[in-house]
Amino acid sequence: MKQAAKPFQFMAASTLVRICGVEVRTVADLLEHLRTISAASVFNHTFQSLGQHHFLTEGFSNDFAQWVLAACNQPQLAEQLTSLDIRQYESVEALRADLLRVLEEFVASEPARAQQRAFEPFYFCEAVTVTVPAPWRAHNLPEFCQGLEHISRETLHYHFVDARLREPLTVNDFSYWLEDSLGLKELGDRVDLIDIYTNTLDGVRQLILEECRSWTEA
Amino acid sequence: MGALSTPKLIGLDDYVPVVGQAEIDEMRAVAACLEGRTVKMVNSTAMGGGVAEILNRLVPLMTDVGVPTRWDIITGGDDFFAVTKGFHNALHGAAYEPTPQAFEIFRACQQQNLASLRFEEDFVVIHDPQPIGLVEARDQKPAHWVWRCHIDVSRPHPEVWNFLVQYMKRYDAMMISSPSFTRALPIHQYLWYPSIDPLSQKNQELEPEFIRETLERFQINPKRRILTQVSRFDRLKDPLGVIKAYKLVRKYTDCQLVLAGGGAKDDPEGGQVLAEVQEAAGNDPDIHILDLPPWSALEINALQRASTIVLQKSLQEGFGLTVTEALWKKKPVVASAVGGIPLQVIHKLTGMLAHSVEGTAYQIRYLLSHPAIAQRLGEMGHEHVKENFLVTRNLKRYLLLFLALSGAAR
Repeated sequence: MKQAAKPFQFMAASTLVRICGVEVRTVADLLEHLRTISAASVFNHTFQSLGQHHFLTEGFSNDFAQWVLAACNQPQLAEQLTSLDIRQYESVEALRADLLRVLEEFVASEPARAQQRAFEPFYFCEAVTVTVPAPWRAHNLPEFCQGLEHISRETLHYHFVDARLREPLTVNDFSYWLEDSLGLKELGDRVDLIDIYTNTLDGVRQLILEECRSWTEA
Repeated sequence: MGALSTPKLIGLDDYVPVVGQAEIDEMRAVAACLEGRTVKMVNSTAMGGGVAEILNRLVPLMTDVGVPTRWDIITGGDDFFAVTKGFHNALHGAAYEPTPQAFEIFRACQQQNLASLRFEEDFVVIHDPQPIGLVEARDQKPAHWVWRCHIDVSRPHPEVWNFLVQYMKRYDAMMISSPSFTRALPIHQYLWYPSIDPLSQKNQELEPEFIRETLERFQINPKRRILTQVSRFDRLKDPLGVIKAYKLVRKYTDCQLVLAGGGAKDDPEGGQVLAEVQEAAGNDPDIHILDLPPWSALEINALQRASTIVLQKSLQEGFGLTVTEALWKKKPVVASAVGGIPLQVIHKLTGMLAHSVEGTAYQIRYLLSHPAIAQRLGEMGHEHVKENFLVTRNLKRYLLLFLALSGAAR
């Protein structure tokens, strides 16, 4: 059985949410504060929120889109914000730039609606992620599958979604390790294609396991 | 006759069937990083009220996970608790005329407790305003002090707020149940949802037989659809609005209404509200008004589980743990978009939000005529609670906060 050049260390990851003390009541205000709010806040309302609501496999993408839809009743803008796919971004700042672009276009074309008062304010919060080594480490593919079966959903999210913002960029930790340490580039690529937006985290876990097991059997 | 058996203390492993082995294992991994550290929790009462209920379960679990935790309760005379009751109402924005004597009584009680308590732990968690002044002891030993505020302080009485802020500023951080409950402060504020215990009498699984017997006891027909609101008989819970919404629904759809609450006997205003509710219900045999005693957790549980839809049509709300309980039981919820409810009920995803009597009635009718959607909302609501609002999640948050305060956070 092929042994990894470097073992995969699963990290138990979890997040606290810190309140920024900034609230907005209109889309126009959302735009203005989004320009300067911390990167940790943009991360919280996009990457982190997707993981927190992973069980909602339809209709939820990020907090901004949800607020624009439910509190501001602007379905078109919500749809545009929903369609921003966090997997495509190498940094929170790049994601912020696209969020700003969508909001700027809306404010410019619909100035009155951008000033409409929302039912509920939007409160900016930021994520504080804490990681500690989990008691699982994989030296080969079967051990990797065992570890994957044992980790929590938050840890899975950390390795599969958040990882895309860490070096090497835009790839999840699992795919990177499969290619870099086991030389299984094709398997890594297949794992990377699993859709976090249309699956729950438990669904993602099952799909990764199926890919890995079918590879082992082949 | 054999010896009486001691009730088994619930430990962290008892939650494995609820949240999974991975969650528990990872919590132990996080706790291992806190090895040798100790915690003190302080509040003002051992029994009664949500804080004591949470600490009764949280403190043993924290010790079980390997972080020895001591729970202390401050003492005070009637005059002190009269002052803190006034402060509590004032922080909620109610009319209050603080006197210099009130502040003096508050200060004196803090000093008395400072003289009798020792603070030797590494982390001190002070709950609510009553013991907030104990932070003056933080110079005794290098430790991290945090303040858990369980109430909404977004529109406080200015004089009371300014008095308490001098203490708040001395903490390392504050934890609060909703971003909408707080104000700007020069310390970090963490979002800290309240939690329910899935193994408590109010939330544990029940035998269908017990649910059926409970309905029979209250003369509720189990074969017809049931709308339920569980809450005190309090105007802020809008029981009259619930009856109006039910009457709008009944024009088109058959159903029963259950208004289950308590406290009407102890609270003069509660008694008055109960009388108004009874008058509004008139002689409608399908409106069941249940004034339940405080030891009715199992009955409340059964009523929630038997419901077709659970309502929470509050005009103002704290976090709204009755909503959490209903979501945990996979019930479709129609609730007002107030207080902490929108954090739990994500409109059209984990339940339905409404802003009026008519809106509430519409959402009820919609869900009654779309049972598959109602079921889906209930299932999503259950997952939302599982991820965010269980006591195990609360425990994990504390462990993470202690690690973060120790400088271990990313």
